[in-house]
Amino acid sequence: MLRSSKPFAVLAMFSMLLTATTAVKAEWGLNLPTPVTPIGEEILNLHNLIMLICAVIFVGVFSVMFYSLYAHRKSKGHEASQFSHSTKAEIIWSVIPALILVGMAIPSTATLIHMEDTTEADLTVKITGYQWKWRYDYLDSGFHFYSNLSTDRAQILNEAEKGPNYLLEVDRELVLPVGKKVRFLVTANDVIHAWWVPKLAVKKDAIPGFINEIWTRIDEPGTYRGQCAELCGKDHGFMPIVVRAVPPEEYDAWVAEKQAAMEQAAADGARAWGRNELIAKGKEVHSTCAVCHGADGKGIPNVFPPIAGSDVAQGPVEQHLEVVMNGRQGTPMQAFKHQLNDVELAAVITYQRNSFGNATGDLIQPADVSVLR
Amino acid sequence: MATAETAHHEHHDHHPTGLMRWVTTTNHKDIGTLYLLFSLLMFMVGGAMAMVIRAELFQPGLQIVDPHFFNQMTTMHALVMIFGAIMPGFVGFANWMLPLMIGAPDMALPRLNNWSFWILPFGFAMLLGSLFTAGGGPAGGWTLYAPLSIQGGMSVDMTIFAVHMLGVSSVLGAINVIVTIFNMRAPGMDLLKMPLFVWTWLITAFLLIAVMPVLAGAVTMLLTDRHFGTAFFDPAGGGDPVLFQHIFWFFGHPEVYILILPAFGILSEIIPTFARKPLFGYVSMVLAVAGIAFLSFIVWAHHMFTVGMPLVGELFFMYSTMLIAIPTGVKIFNWVATMWRGSLTFETPMLFAVSVVFLFTIGGLSGLMLAITPADFQYHDTYFVVAHFHYVLFSGAIMAMMGGAYYWLPKWTGHMYDERLGKWHFWTTAIFFNITFFPQHFLGLAGMPRRIPDYALQFTEFNVISSIGAFGLGISQILFVYVVYKCIQGGERATQEVWDNPRGLEWTLPSPPPYHTFETPPVIK
Amino acid sequence: MTIPSNKSNTRIILQLVALTVFMFGFGYALVPLYDTFCLAFGLNGKTGVTDNQSAVARGIDNTRWVTVQFTSHTASGLPWEFTPGQHSVKVRPGQLADAVYTAQNRAQRPVVGRATYSVAPAAAAVHFKKTECFCFTNQVLNPGELKEMPVRFVVDKDLPADIHTITLSYSFFNAEKYLSAKDKAQLGVVKADADGKS
Repeated sequence: MLRSSKPFAVLAMFSMLLTATTAVKAEWGLNLPTPVTPIGEEILNLHNLIMLICAVIFVGVFSVMFYSLYAHRKSKGHEASQFSHSTKAEIIWSVIPALILVGMAIPSTATLIHMEDTTEADLTVKITGYQWKWRYDYLDSGFHFYSNLSTDRAQILNEAEKGPNYLLEVDRELVLPVGKKVRFLVTANDVIHAWWVPKLAVKKDAIPGFINEIWTRIDEPGTYRGQCAELCGKDHGFMPIVVRAVPPEEYDAWVAEKQAAMEQAAADGARAWGRNELIAKGKEVHSTCAVCHGADGKGIPNVFPPIAGSDVAQGPVEQHLEVVMNGRQGTPMQAFKHQLNDVELAAVITYQRNSFGNATGDLIQPADVSVLR
Repeated sequence: MATAETAHHEHHDHHPTGLMRWVTTTNHKDIGTLYLLFSLLMFMVGGAMAMVIRAELFQPGLQIVDPHFFNQMTTMHALVMIFGAIMPGFVGFANWMLPLMIGAPDMALPRLNNWSFWILPFGFAMLLGSLFTAGGGPAGGWTLYAPLSIQGGMSVDMTIFAVHMLGVSSVLGAINVIVTIFNMRAPGMDLLKMPLFVWTWLITAFLLIAVMPVLAGAVTMLLTDRHFGTAFFDPAGGGDPVLFQHIFWFFGHPEVYILILPAFGILSEIIPTFARKPLFGYVSMVLAVAGIAFLSFIVWAHHMFTVGMPLVGELFFMYSTMLIAIPTGVKIFNWVATMWRGSLTFETPMLFAVSVVFLFTIGGLSGLMLAITPADFQYHDTYFVVAHFHYVLFSGAIMAMMGGAYYWLPKWTGHMYDERLGKWHFWTTAIFFNITFFPQHFLGLAGMPRRIPDYALQFTEFNVISSIGAFGLGISQILFVYVVYKCIQGGERATQEVWDNPRGLEWTLPSPPPYHTFETPPVIK
Repeated sequence: MTIPSNKSNTRIILQLVALTVFMFGFGYALVPLYDTFCLAFGLNGKTGVTDNQSAVARGIDNTRWVTVQFTSHTASGLPWEFTPGQHSVKVRPGQLADAVYTAQNRAQRPVVGRATYSVAPAAAAVHFKKTECFCFTNQVLNPGELKEMPVRFVVDKDLPADIHTITLSYSFFNAEKYLSAKDKAQLGVVKADADGKS
C-alpha cells in the first residue's frame, strides 16, 4: 500500500509551498471558468444569479440569528419570552421561499431547453470512453483516433518537474471548428465515463451500449482542457480531454490532412514492406515505448523490464505481438492495439527484434498484425 | 433492583457481568451505549481513511498511495462513515433516548435489539476485511455503479454481503423503533406530545423500511450479474447500467434523509433548552419532516442528470428537488425563531447546535444550486458536490450527533463532561471543518473532478489548504474521544436536570438513570 | 404495567415485515417498470417495436425528410469488425426503410457476440420503430466469417418537427459470459480474447 519511501517528504515541502506555488501557477479560481460557448455563458449567468440569491437569503437569515445570539443572551440579562408559534410567520416563510423558487425555475428551464436542442448540427463527432482513454470518430469525415494522456510518467511519480499542463495534456487533441454547431454522440466501451470540458460547459456520461447526445458551439479559438468526470477505475484521474478550436478553414485543412494520412495508412497496410523501411519506421514508433523501456531498450531495472535481450523480444513473434497489442494485466504495460495501426505495430516489433543486440532477423508485415486484431 | 415483582422479571435480575453482559444484553441503555461506541470507532476508522485521501491530495503527483488504493479509500471512507458511523450513531441515540422520552421501560423488542446490534460488527468485519483480499477492497465508489462494480474482484462480493447484513440490522432496528413508538408510549403521551427527536426517528424508521430493501435488491442483482449469468446492468448481456443508478438512488436519496432527519430531531431538543424557550412551531416542524420524507421519494434522479434523460424528466426532477427547500427552510426559520428573544447560553451542545443550523444551511443552499439542472451539469461529480455533502453530512449529521452526545452525556454517565475541553473540541472542529471543505467549493467550480488521486497544478493551493484543515479536523476528534472517555471515568456529578430547566421526561430521572426506568409509567401533564 | 399485549406488537411487526418484503420486491419490480417507462418515453434511447403492416398503415408524410445516421461500436474483447454498411439514409416519416450492418470475425475461432442498440436524441427514440433487428440475440461468427445484419425500421409520423437527424447506434459485445456450458459446446466457442478487460 505504501508506495513512497519518504511519505514525510511532502510535509517537509509544506513550508515553502504556498509561497513557491502561488507565484508560479496559482489561479485561485473562485468561480466557474470563463466559458467560450453560448451555453456556458448562460450557465455561468444562471449560476451567478442562483448563488447571489442564495447568498442574500443566507445573509438575511443569519443576520437575524446572530443578532439574536448577541442580543438575547442570558449573560446580558435577557429574559426568555415563551411564545411558541405564529401562524402568520410560518405562512410567510413558506410562501416567500416558494415564490423565490419559481423565480429560479424560470431561467433554469429556459437554459435547459436550449441545452437539449441538438438539432441542425454542422458536424457530428462520436466520443467513446475507454479505460482509460478517449476515442474520437469524425462521422462526417470518416476517420477516428485515440487520445491518451501524454504527461510523462516521471512527472506523476515526482521524478521530473511537472509541466504547465500536467495531467491535462494528450497526444492527439480533438480539433473542432469555431462558430459551428458540433453534435457529440457519447458512448463507452467498458464502464461509464463522463466527457467534461468546463469551459465548453459540456458534461455527459459515456455509457456502454447507449449513446447520449449533446452539442456545443465554440466561439473563440483556443485550447480547452477537461477530464473524465465519472469514476471509471484505476486511471480515472489520468484520462484528460483536450479540445483545440480552430477557424473553419484551418479545420478543413486539418481534416484533409487526416484523411490523406488515413488513405496513406490503408495503402501502407495493404502492401508488403521492406526490411529497411520497417526498421526506420519502427525506430520512430519506438519513441512511444521508450517512455518506459528507454530509447536504448534497456528499461529501468526492477521497474520497467528491458527489451534488449528479453525473452519476449527474442522468443516467438506471436508472443511479442500479444504483449504489445493486448498489454499485460496488472502491469503498466498497456494494450497498444488501439493506439498504433498495423504498420506501426509491424514496424516497431520488427525494429525491437533486430535492435539493442536482439538479432532474430524476423520481419513482421502489417498483414501479420491485421489478422490478430 | 427492586423490580422483581414486575412482569419482566426474567430479564431483570441476574444479568451477566463483564463481557457477557454486553454480548447478551437486551437493555436499551446497554445497547444504546454499544451502538454509540461502535459508531465512534467507525468514525475514527473512516476518518483515518480520509486522512490517507487528504495526504495523497496534499500535493500534485502520486506520493503515498497508488491510484487503485486511493479508490479503495474513497469507497471505504464513504461506506464506513455512512453505514458505520452515522446510521449506527443515530440508532444509539434512539436506543438510549426513545424509551426515556416516551416513558417506556425499554424498547418493544429487546432481543431483536440485541441482534440488530450484534450483526453490525460482523458486517463491518466483512466489509473492512475485503481490504485485505487479493486485489484490495472495493474501488468503484460507494455507489457501486455498474458496470464498474461488475469488474471488481471478490471484495465486491464481500461488500455486497456486508451491505445485506447492515441492511438487515437497520431494518430490524427500524421495526423496533416503530413498534416502540406505537405501542410503548406512557399513557397521555399522545403522538403530538412526543418530543421532536421521537418524531424524526419514527419517520426515519419508515424511510429505512421503505428503502433498505430496495438497496438489498439492487446489490443482489449486482451479485447475480457478477456470478449467475443475469444481465440486469451489463450491456454485454442486454442490461442497462443506468437502471442500476435509478434503483440505487431510489434508495440513495431517502437514505440522505435517513442520515439527517434524526439530526434535526437532536437540534430540536438542544436549541429550546439553551434558549430557555419552547420549540417554535412544533406542528410545522413535524409536518416539515414528513414533507421532506415524502419528497425524498420523488427526487432521486437529480443525482444522475448527466446520464442523459429526456427534457421532461430533467424538469420534473429539478422542480421536485427545488421543492425540498421549502420544508427545509421552515425548519431553519423555526430554529432561528426558537432562539429569538430567548435567554441564550452557549454550552458545548448549544455551540454545536447553532453551528449545525449555520453550516447545514450552507450545504442546503449548495444543494439548491445543485438542483438547478443546467448548472448541475457543471457541478456534477466535482469537488463542489464533495463540499456540498460534507456540509450536510459532517456539519449536519455528525456535528449534530456530537452536540447530542454532549447534551446527554451527563445524563448517560452521571458526570459532567469537561466543558473547557468540550469547547476546545467544538471550536477546533468547526474551524478545521471549514478550512477543509470550504475551499472544495472553489476546486469544484474550477473544474476538479471528485475521486481522482492526482490533479492538475492549478488546483494545488486549495488542496493544500483543504488537506491541512483535514489533518487538524482529524486530530481534533482525538480530543473528542478523550472528552468522552474522561466523562465516562468521572467528573463533577450531574444533577437530575443537568441543564437549566430542560423539557422532556429524560430529565425527570436521576443521572445516570437506573438500569431499569419507567417500569411504572410516568404521569404526563 | 402498561406494556401492551404482545398481540398488538405482533400485528405491527408483521405489517412492517410485509412492507420490507414488499419493498424488496419493489426493487425488482423497478426493472420491468423502468423498461416500460423507457419504451414509453424513449428514455435511454429505447425504441418501439412494430410489425411491417402497422408500420406503414398510417401512410407516408411526404412533406419532410429525416436523416437517419448509423454508427457502431465493437467492444474490446470481441475480435470482430462491425460497421454500418451506410453512413446515413434519408427517409420520409412513415416509410419503411432498410439498412445493413456487417460483422466479420477476425479471430481464428468461432465467437459469439450480442448487440444492444440506442437511438439519439431521446425525444426521437419513441418515434423510431424497428420491424427487424439483430439485437439482444446471440450471433455466432466462424473464423473469418462475414455476415450482413439487416435492420428494417420506420420513423413515426409523429416525430417532432424540429428533429431532422436521428442516430441509430449498435454496440456489439462478447456474449461468451452469457452462454451456458451446453451452448458453448454446441457452438464450439472457446474462451474469447485475453484482453477482455484491457
